[in-house]
Amino acid sequence: MNTTTEKNSALFEYLLRLGDTSLILGHRLAEWCGHAPILEEDIALTNISLDHIGQARLLLDYAGKIEGKGRSEDALAYHRDARQFRNLLMAEQPNGDFGNTMVRQFLISVYNFHLYSALSKSADAELAAIAAKSVKEVAYHVRHSSDWLIRLGDGTTESHERVQQSINDLWIYVDDFFNGDEVDVLLMSQNIVPDLNAIRPLWNETVQLTMVKAGLQIPQVNSAMRTGSRKGNHTEYLGYILAEMQFLPRAYPDAEWL
Amino acid sequence: MTDTSDISHIRNLLTQVQDPEVPVLTIADLGILRNVEFVDGVYEIQITPTFTGCPAMKAIEENISEVLVENGIQNYKVRMVMSPAWTTDWISELGREKLRKYGIAPPSQSTEEHLKAILTGKNKAVACPFCGSVNTRLTSAFGSTACKALHYCDHCRQPFEEFKCH
Repeated sequence: MNTTTEKNSALFEYLLRLGDTSLILGHRLAEWCGHAPILEEDIALTNISLDHIGQARLLLDYAGKIEGKGRSEDALAYHRDARQFRNLLMAEQPNGDFGNTMVRQFLISVYNFHLYSALSKSADAELAAIAAKSVKEVAYHVRHSSDWLIRLGDGTTESHERVQQSINDLWIYVDDFFNGDEVDVLLMSQNIVPDLNAIRPLWNETVQLTMVKAGLQIPQVNSAMRTGSRKGNHTEYLGYILAEMQFLPRAYPDAEWL
Repeated sequence: MTDTSDISHIRNLLTQVQDPEVPVLTIADLGILRNVEFVDGVYEIQITPTFTGCPAMKAIEENISEVLVENGIQNYKVRMVMSPAWTTDWISELGREKLRKYGIAPPSQSTEEHLKAILTGKNKAVACPFCGSVNTRLTSAFGSTACKALHYCDHCRQPFEEFKCH
Protein backbone atom coordinates (compact mmCIF):
# COMPACT_ATOMS: atom_id res chain seq x y z
CA MET A 1 0.00 0.00 0.00
CA ASN A 2 1.30 3.46 -0.77
CA THR A 3 1.03 6.25 1.76
CA THR A 4 -2.02 7.95 0.20
CA THR A 5 -3.98 4.69 0.22
CA GLU A 6 -2.97 4.10 3.83
CA LYS A 7 -3.97 7.60 4.82
CA ASN A 8 -7.32 7.34 3.03
CA SER A 9 -8.18 4.01 4.56
CA ALA A 10 -7.36 5.38 8.05
CA LEU A 11 -9.37 8.54 7.38
CA PHE A 12 -12.31 6.43 6.18
CA GLU A 13 -12.20 4.46 9.46
CA TYR A 14 -11.99 7.65 11.50
CA LEU A 15 -14.92 9.27 9.66
CA LEU A 16 -17.01 6.15 10.32
CA ARG A 17 -16.24 6.45 14.04
CA LEU A 18 -17.46 10.04 14.13
CA GLY A 19 -20.34 9.55 11.69
CA ASP A 20 -21.65 6.34 13.25
CA THR A 21 -21.62 7.86 16.75
CA SER A 22 -23.72 10.76 15.45
CA LEU A 23 -26.05 8.47 13.52
CA ILE A 24 -26.72 6.03 16.36
CA LEU A 25 -27.07 8.69 19.05
CA GLY A 26 -29.34 10.67 16.72
CA HIS A 27 -31.48 7.59 16.24
CA ARG A 28 -31.67 6.97 20.00
CA LEU A 29 -32.78 10.55 20.65
CA ALA A 30 -35.41 10.30 17.91
CA GLU A 31 -37.00 7.50 19.95
CA TRP A 32 -38.06 10.23 22.39
CA CYS A 33 -40.26 11.92 19.76
CA GLY A 34 -43.72 12.16 21.30
CA HIS A 35 -42.56 10.66 24.62
CA ALA A 36 -40.62 13.43 26.38
CA PRO A 37 -41.87 14.65 29.78
CA ILE A 38 -42.80 18.12 28.47
CA LEU A 39 -43.34 19.64 25.04
CA GLU A 40 -40.21 21.83 25.17
CA GLU A 41 -38.10 18.74 25.88
CA ASP A 42 -39.73 16.80 23.09
CA ILE A 43 -38.68 19.61 20.75
CA ALA A 44 -35.21 19.87 22.32
CA LEU A 45 -34.44 16.14 22.10
CA THR A 46 -35.58 15.90 18.50
CA ASN A 47 -33.65 19.08 17.62
CA ILE A 48 -30.50 17.55 19.09
CA SER A 49 -31.31 14.36 17.20
CA LEU A 50 -31.59 16.38 13.98
CA ASP A 51 -28.17 17.96 14.62
CA HIS A 52 -26.65 14.50 15.07
CA ILE A 53 -28.28 13.11 11.92
CA GLY A 54 -27.11 16.18 10.00
CA GLN A 55 -23.54 15.70 11.23
CA ALA A 56 -23.74 11.99 10.39
CA ARG A 57 -24.82 12.81 6.83
CA LEU A 58 -21.85 15.12 6.24
CA LEU A 59 -19.38 12.69 7.82
CA LEU A 60 -20.67 9.56 6.08
CA ASP A 61 -20.97 11.34 2.74
CA TYR A 62 -17.33 12.39 3.07
CA ALA A 63 -16.35 8.89 4.24
CA GLY A 64 -17.89 7.45 1.07
CA LYS A 65 -15.90 9.88 -1.08
CA ILE A 66 -12.64 9.09 0.72
CA GLU A 67 -13.26 5.36 0.39
CA GLY A 68 -13.77 5.85 -3.35
CA LYS A 69 -15.96 2.82 -3.94
CA GLY A 70 -19.06 4.79 -4.78
CA ARG A 71 -20.84 4.18 -1.46
CA SER A 72 -23.24 7.00 -0.55
CA GLU A 73 -24.15 8.15 2.97
CA ASP A 74 -27.29 5.99 2.71
CA ALA A 75 -25.35 2.92 1.58
CA LEU A 76 -23.09 3.30 4.60
CA ALA A 77 -25.95 3.92 7.03
CA TYR A 78 -28.30 1.20 5.82
CA HIS A 79 -26.16 -1.51 4.30
CA ARG A 80 -23.59 -2.34 6.94
CA ASP A 81 -24.03 -4.81 9.80
CA ALA A 82 -23.29 -4.31 13.48
CA ARG A 83 -19.68 -5.51 13.28
CA GLN A 84 -18.96 -2.86 10.64
CA PHE A 85 -20.32 -0.02 12.79
CA ARG A 86 -17.75 2.12 14.63
CA ASN A 87 -19.93 4.21 16.95
CA LEU A 88 -18.99 4.66 20.61
CA LEU A 89 -20.53 1.98 22.82
CA MET A 90 -22.18 4.62 24.96
CA ALA A 91 -24.12 6.05 21.99
CA GLU A 92 -26.02 2.77 21.47
CA GLN A 93 -27.05 2.35 25.13
CA PRO A 94 -30.83 2.43 25.63
CA ASN A 95 -32.51 5.71 26.59
CA GLY A 96 -33.67 4.56 30.02
CA ASP A 97 -35.44 7.36 31.87
CA PHE A 98 -35.11 11.03 30.92
CA GLY A 99 -32.24 11.56 33.39
CA ASN A 100 -30.34 8.61 31.94
CA THR A 101 -30.71 10.06 28.42
CA MET A 102 -29.35 13.38 29.70
CA VAL A 103 -26.34 11.74 31.38
CA ARG A 104 -25.49 9.86 28.16
CA GLN A 105 -25.92 13.09 26.17
CA PHE A 106 -23.80 15.10 28.58
CA LEU A 107 -20.86 12.68 28.63
CA ILE A 108 -20.81 12.32 24.83
CA SER A 109 -21.46 16.01 24.11
CA VAL A 110 -18.55 17.14 26.27
CA TYR A 111 -16.37 14.62 24.42
CA ASN A 112 -17.65 15.83 21.05
CA PHE A 113 -17.11 19.44 22.09
CA HIS A 114 -13.42 19.00 22.84
CA LEU A 115 -12.82 16.56 19.97
CA TYR A 116 -14.53 18.73 17.33
CA SER A 117 -12.81 21.87 18.68
CA ALA A 118 -9.48 20.15 18.01
CA LEU A 119 -10.63 18.68 14.67
CA SER A 120 -11.67 22.14 13.44
CA LYS A 121 -7.90 22.78 13.15
CA SER A 122 -7.33 19.56 11.17
CA ALA A 123 -4.90 19.55 8.24
CA ASP A 124 -7.77 17.98 6.25
CA ALA A 125 -9.80 21.02 5.15
CA GLU A 126 -13.06 19.13 4.63
CA LEU A 127 -12.94 17.46 8.05
CA ALA A 128 -11.95 20.79 9.62
CA ALA A 129 -15.00 22.49 8.06
CA ILE A 130 -17.41 19.75 9.20
CA ALA A 131 -15.93 19.91 12.72
CA ALA A 132 -16.08 23.72 12.85
CA LYS A 133 -19.75 23.57 11.90
CA SER A 134 -20.58 20.72 14.28
CA VAL A 135 -18.85 22.12 17.35
CA LYS A 136 -21.22 25.09 17.40
CA GLU A 137 -24.21 22.76 17.54
CA VAL A 138 -22.53 20.52 20.10
CA ALA A 139 -22.02 23.60 22.30
CA TYR A 140 -25.81 23.83 22.65
CA HIS A 141 -25.98 20.11 23.49
CA VAL A 142 -23.40 20.60 26.25
CA ARG A 143 -25.28 23.53 27.70
CA HIS A 144 -28.66 21.81 27.59
CA SER A 145 -27.51 18.52 29.11
CA SER A 146 -25.38 20.29 31.77
CA ASP A 147 -28.38 22.35 32.84
CA TRP A 148 -30.45 19.20 33.26
CA LEU A 149 -27.69 17.38 35.14
CA ILE A 150 -27.58 20.25 37.62
CA ARG A 151 -31.36 20.39 37.96
CA LEU A 152 -31.67 16.66 38.51
CA GLY A 153 -28.52 16.21 40.63
CA ASP A 154 -29.40 19.19 42.80
CA GLY A 155 -33.13 18.43 42.72
CA THR A 156 -35.10 16.01 44.90
CA THR A 157 -33.63 13.01 46.71
CA GLU A 158 -35.15 10.74 44.10
CA SER A 159 -33.92 12.70 41.08
CA HIS A 160 -30.45 12.86 42.65
CA GLU A 161 -30.33 9.12 43.31
CA ARG A 162 -31.61 8.17 39.89
CA VAL A 163 -29.25 10.43 37.96
CA GLN A 164 -26.29 9.27 40.08
CA GLN A 165 -27.24 5.67 39.32
CA SER A 166 -27.25 6.47 35.58
CA ILE A 167 -23.76 7.96 35.88
CA ASN A 168 -22.56 4.83 37.68
CA ASP A 169 -24.15 2.59 35.02
CA LEU A 170 -22.87 4.50 31.99
CA TRP A 171 -19.39 5.16 33.36
CA ILE A 172 -18.09 1.75 32.24
CA TYR A 173 -18.24 3.03 28.63
CA VAL A 174 -16.02 6.08 29.26
CA ASP A 175 -12.66 4.42 28.51
CA ASP A 176 -14.04 3.53 25.07
CA PHE A 177 -14.07 7.28 24.23
CA PHE A 178 -10.31 7.52 24.54
CA ASN A 179 -9.19 4.11 23.34
CA GLY A 180 -7.31 5.27 20.22
CA ASP A 181 -5.43 2.85 17.97
CA GLU A 182 -3.17 2.69 14.90
CA VAL A 183 -5.71 4.73 12.90
CA ASP A 184 -5.28 7.63 15.33
CA VAL A 185 -1.50 7.28 15.31
CA LEU A 186 -1.28 7.42 11.52
CA LEU A 187 -3.64 10.41 11.21
CA MET A 188 -1.99 12.21 14.15
CA SER A 189 1.35 12.00 12.36
CA GLN A 190 -0.19 14.06 9.54
CA ASN A 191 -1.93 16.54 11.86
CA ILE A 192 -5.35 15.37 10.70
CA VAL A 193 -6.65 14.32 14.13
CA PRO A 194 -5.73 15.17 17.75
CA ASP A 195 -4.28 12.81 20.35
CA LEU A 196 -7.18 11.39 22.38
CA ASN A 197 -4.88 11.31 25.40
CA ALA A 198 -4.79 15.10 25.19
CA ILE A 199 -8.59 15.30 24.92
CA ARG A 200 -9.15 13.26 28.09
CA PRO A 201 -7.94 15.89 30.64
CA LEU A 202 -10.08 18.56 28.92
CA TRP A 203 -13.08 16.23 29.07
CA ASN A 204 -12.39 15.44 32.75
CA GLU A 205 -12.22 19.10 33.65
CA THR A 206 -15.51 20.08 31.94
CA VAL A 207 -17.34 17.03 33.30
CA GLN A 208 -16.00 17.64 36.80
CA LEU A 209 -17.15 21.28 36.74
CA THR A 210 -20.79 20.33 36.11
CA MET A 211 -20.67 17.32 38.46
CA VAL A 212 -19.58 19.57 41.33
CA LYS A 213 -22.37 22.07 40.59
CA ALA A 214 -24.84 19.18 40.44
CA GLY A 215 -23.59 17.57 43.67
CA LEU A 216 -22.86 14.34 41.76
CA GLN A 217 -19.94 11.96 42.19
CA ILE A 218 -17.62 10.53 39.56
CA PRO A 219 -17.69 6.77 40.19
CA GLN A 220 -14.55 4.84 41.07
CA VAL A 221 -14.67 1.96 38.62
CA ASN A 222 -11.65 0.89 36.68
CA SER A 223 -11.87 -2.87 36.36
CA ALA A 224 -15.11 -3.30 34.46
CA MET A 225 -14.50 -0.75 31.70
CA ARG A 226 -15.85 -1.86 28.33
CA THR A 227 -14.09 -0.92 25.10
CA GLY A 228 -14.06 -2.23 21.54
CA SER A 229 -16.15 0.14 19.41
CA ARG A 230 -13.21 0.88 17.10
CA LYS A 231 -13.03 -2.80 16.16
CA GLY A 232 -16.79 -3.19 15.83
CA ASN A 233 -17.25 -5.09 19.12
CA HIS A 234 -20.56 -3.71 20.31
CA THR A 235 -23.03 -4.33 23.11
CA GLU A 236 -26.18 -6.28 22.31
CA TYR A 237 -28.23 -3.10 21.85
CA LEU A 238 -26.77 -2.03 18.51
CA GLY A 239 -28.29 -4.90 16.53
CA TYR A 240 -31.81 -3.97 17.60
CA ILE A 241 -31.31 -0.35 16.56
CA LEU A 242 -30.02 -1.43 13.16
CA ALA A 243 -32.90 -3.86 12.69
CA GLU A 244 -35.34 -1.00 13.13
CA MET A 245 -33.34 1.64 11.27
CA GLN A 246 -32.35 -0.52 8.31
CA PHE A 247 -35.50 -2.57 7.78
CA LEU A 248 -37.14 -0.37 5.17
CA PRO A 249 -34.20 0.30 2.83
CA ARG A 250 -33.23 -3.39 3.00
CA ALA A 251 -36.74 -4.71 2.37
CA TYR A 252 -37.45 -2.13 -0.35
CA PRO A 253 -34.06 -1.27 -1.86
CA ASP A 254 -35.58 0.99 -4.51
CA ALA A 255 -37.64 3.06 -2.05
CA GLU A 256 -37.08 6.79 -2.35
CA TRP A 257 -38.24 9.87 -0.45
CA LEU A 258 -40.66 11.82 -2.61
CA MET B 1 -21.85 31.93 -24.60
CA THR B 2 -20.52 33.11 -21.34
CA ASP B 3 -18.99 36.20 -19.92
CA THR B 4 -18.92 37.92 -16.59
CA SER B 5 -22.22 39.69 -17.28
CA ASP B 6 -24.03 36.30 -17.40
CA ILE B 7 -22.57 35.44 -14.04
CA SER B 8 -23.60 38.71 -12.47
CA HIS B 9 -27.06 38.29 -14.06
CA ILE B 10 -27.40 34.86 -12.43
CA ARG B 11 -26.11 36.22 -9.17
CA ASN B 12 -28.73 38.97 -9.29
CA LEU B 13 -31.48 36.45 -9.95
CA LEU B 14 -30.35 34.31 -7.05
CA THR B 15 -30.19 37.16 -4.55
CA GLN B 16 -33.99 37.11 -4.73
CA VAL B 17 -34.20 33.52 -3.43
CA GLN B 18 -35.68 33.62 0.06
CA ASP B 19 -34.90 31.42 3.01
CA PRO B 20 -37.92 29.08 3.35
CA GLU B 21 -37.99 29.30 7.17
CA VAL B 22 -37.17 32.99 7.51
CA PRO B 23 -38.70 34.46 4.32
CA VAL B 24 -37.61 37.97 5.26
CA LEU B 25 -34.01 36.97 4.50
CA THR B 26 -32.51 36.07 1.13
CA ILE B 27 -29.82 33.46 0.67
CA ALA B 28 -27.46 36.35 -0.02
CA ASP B 29 -28.29 38.07 3.31
CA LEU B 30 -27.58 34.79 5.10
CA GLY B 31 -24.32 34.14 3.29
CA ILE B 32 -25.61 30.78 1.98
CA LEU B 33 -24.89 31.77 -1.65
CA ARG B 34 -21.13 31.36 -1.79
CA ASN B 35 -20.23 31.84 -5.44
CA VAL B 36 -21.33 31.49 -9.07
CA GLU B 37 -18.77 30.16 -11.55
CA PHE B 38 -18.74 28.91 -15.13
CA VAL B 39 -17.11 25.47 -15.07
CA ASP B 40 -16.93 23.03 -18.02
CA GLY B 41 -19.90 24.54 -19.83
CA VAL B 42 -22.22 24.81 -16.84
CA TYR B 43 -22.95 27.51 -14.32
CA GLU B 44 -21.98 26.17 -10.96
CA ILE B 45 -23.99 27.64 -8.10
CA GLN B 46 -22.01 27.14 -4.90
CA ILE B 47 -24.00 27.16 -1.70
CA THR B 48 -23.03 26.26 1.84
CA PRO B 49 -25.17 24.50 4.46
CA THR B 50 -26.19 26.39 7.59
CA PHE B 51 -27.09 24.04 10.44
CA THR B 52 -25.99 20.49 9.57
CA GLY B 53 -29.46 18.96 9.84
CA CYS B 54 -31.38 21.91 8.42
CA PRO B 55 -34.17 20.48 6.22
CA ALA B 56 -34.51 23.86 4.49
CA MET B 57 -31.32 23.25 2.50
CA LYS B 58 -33.21 20.93 0.16
CA ALA B 59 -35.92 23.55 -0.32
CA ILE B 60 -33.28 26.21 -1.01
CA GLU B 61 -31.76 24.04 -3.75
CA GLU B 62 -35.19 23.58 -5.29
CA ASN B 63 -35.93 27.32 -5.11
CA ILE B 64 -32.63 28.07 -6.85
CA SER B 65 -33.50 25.63 -9.64
CA GLU B 66 -36.93 27.16 -10.01
CA VAL B 67 -35.61 30.72 -10.40
CA LEU B 68 -32.98 29.64 -12.94
CA VAL B 69 -35.35 27.53 -15.03
CA GLU B 70 -37.98 30.30 -15.01
CA ASN B 71 -35.35 32.60 -16.46
CA GLY B 72 -34.39 30.17 -19.19
CA ILE B 73 -31.13 28.98 -17.68
CA GLN B 74 -30.80 25.22 -18.12
CA ASN B 75 -27.06 24.55 -17.96
CA TYR B 76 -26.42 24.83 -14.25
CA LYS B 77 -25.70 22.66 -11.25
CA VAL B 78 -25.89 23.37 -7.55
CA ARG B 79 -22.84 22.35 -5.57
CA MET B 80 -22.57 22.19 -1.78
CA VAL B 81 -19.34 23.73 -0.50
CA MET B 82 -18.29 22.92 3.08
CA SER B 83 -15.12 24.89 3.63
CA PRO B 84 -14.94 27.42 5.22
CA ALA B 85 -17.85 26.52 7.49
CA TRP B 86 -20.83 28.87 7.47
CA THR B 87 -21.28 31.05 10.52
CA THR B 88 -23.93 33.51 11.69
CA ASP B 89 -21.10 36.06 11.83
CA TRP B 90 -21.68 36.32 8.05
CA ILE B 91 -25.26 37.57 8.32
CA SER B 92 -25.10 41.10 6.91
CA GLU B 93 -26.00 44.16 9.00
CA LEU B 94 -28.98 44.60 6.65
CA GLY B 95 -29.96 41.00 7.34
CA ARG B 96 -29.78 41.55 11.10
CA GLU B 97 -31.99 44.64 10.80
CA LYS B 98 -34.52 42.69 8.67
CA LEU B 99 -34.61 39.95 11.32
CA ARG B 100 -35.31 42.43 14.12
CA LYS B 101 -38.12 44.05 12.15
CA TYR B 102 -39.58 40.59 11.52
CA GLY B 103 -39.62 39.92 15.29
CA ILE B 104 -36.60 37.62 15.52
CA ALA B 105 -33.62 38.72 17.60
CA PRO B 106 -30.40 38.42 15.55
CA PRO B 107 -27.57 36.31 17.04
CA SER B 108 -26.41 38.06 20.21
CA GLN B 109 -22.88 36.69 20.24
CA SER B 110 -20.10 35.99 17.79
CA THR B 111 -19.20 32.35 17.20
CA GLU B 112 -16.07 32.77 19.30
CA GLU B 113 -18.02 34.21 22.25
CA HIS B 114 -20.60 31.43 21.92
CA LEU B 115 -17.97 28.68 22.17
CA LYS B 116 -16.24 30.38 25.11
CA ALA B 117 -19.56 30.78 26.93
CA ILE B 118 -19.98 27.00 27.00
CA LEU B 119 -16.97 26.62 29.24
CA THR B 120 -17.55 29.72 31.37
CA GLY B 121 -21.37 29.61 31.48
CA LYS B 122 -21.49 33.37 30.77
CA ASN B 123 -23.89 34.18 27.93
CA LYS B 124 -24.66 37.69 26.70
CA ALA B 125 -28.21 38.89 27.29
CA VAL B 126 -30.42 38.78 24.20
CA ALA B 127 -32.14 42.08 23.37
CA CYS B 128 -35.89 41.89 22.75
CA PRO B 129 -36.61 42.63 19.05
CA PHE B 130 -39.85 44.43 20.01
CA CYS B 131 -38.81 46.83 22.81
CA GLY B 132 -35.01 46.53 22.84
CA SER B 133 -34.86 45.61 26.54
CA VAL B 134 -32.20 43.15 27.71
CA ASN B 135 -34.42 42.15 30.63
CA THR B 136 -35.10 38.83 28.90
CA ARG B 137 -34.68 35.15 29.68
CA LEU B 138 -34.17 31.96 27.74
CA THR B 139 -37.26 29.72 27.67
CA SER B 140 -35.74 26.99 25.54
CA ALA B 141 -32.57 26.78 23.47
CA PHE B 142 -34.44 24.62 20.95
CA GLY B 143 -37.33 26.14 19.03
CA SER B 144 -39.48 25.62 15.99
CA THR B 145 -36.50 25.24 13.66
CA ALA B 146 -32.87 24.22 14.13
CA CYS B 147 -31.73 27.84 13.92
CA LYS B 148 -34.01 29.39 16.53
CA ALA B 149 -34.24 29.55 20.34
CA LEU B 150 -37.20 30.73 22.44
CA HIS B 151 -36.96 33.69 24.81
CA TYR B 152 -39.31 35.78 26.92
CA CYS B 153 -39.08 39.52 27.47
CA ASP B 154 -39.83 40.48 31.08
CA HIS B 155 -40.08 44.14 30.10
CA CYS B 156 -42.74 44.11 27.36
CA ARG B 157 -43.99 40.62 28.30
CA GLN B 158 -43.65 39.16 24.83
CA PRO B 159 -42.27 35.79 23.90
CA PHE B 160 -39.84 36.03 20.98
CA GLU B 161 -37.44 33.94 18.94
CA GLU B 162 -33.71 34.39 18.59
CA PHE B 163 -31.68 33.37 15.54
CA LYS B 164 -29.13 31.13 17.29
CA CYS B 165 -25.46 31.88 17.08
CA HIS B 166 -23.78 29.32 14.83
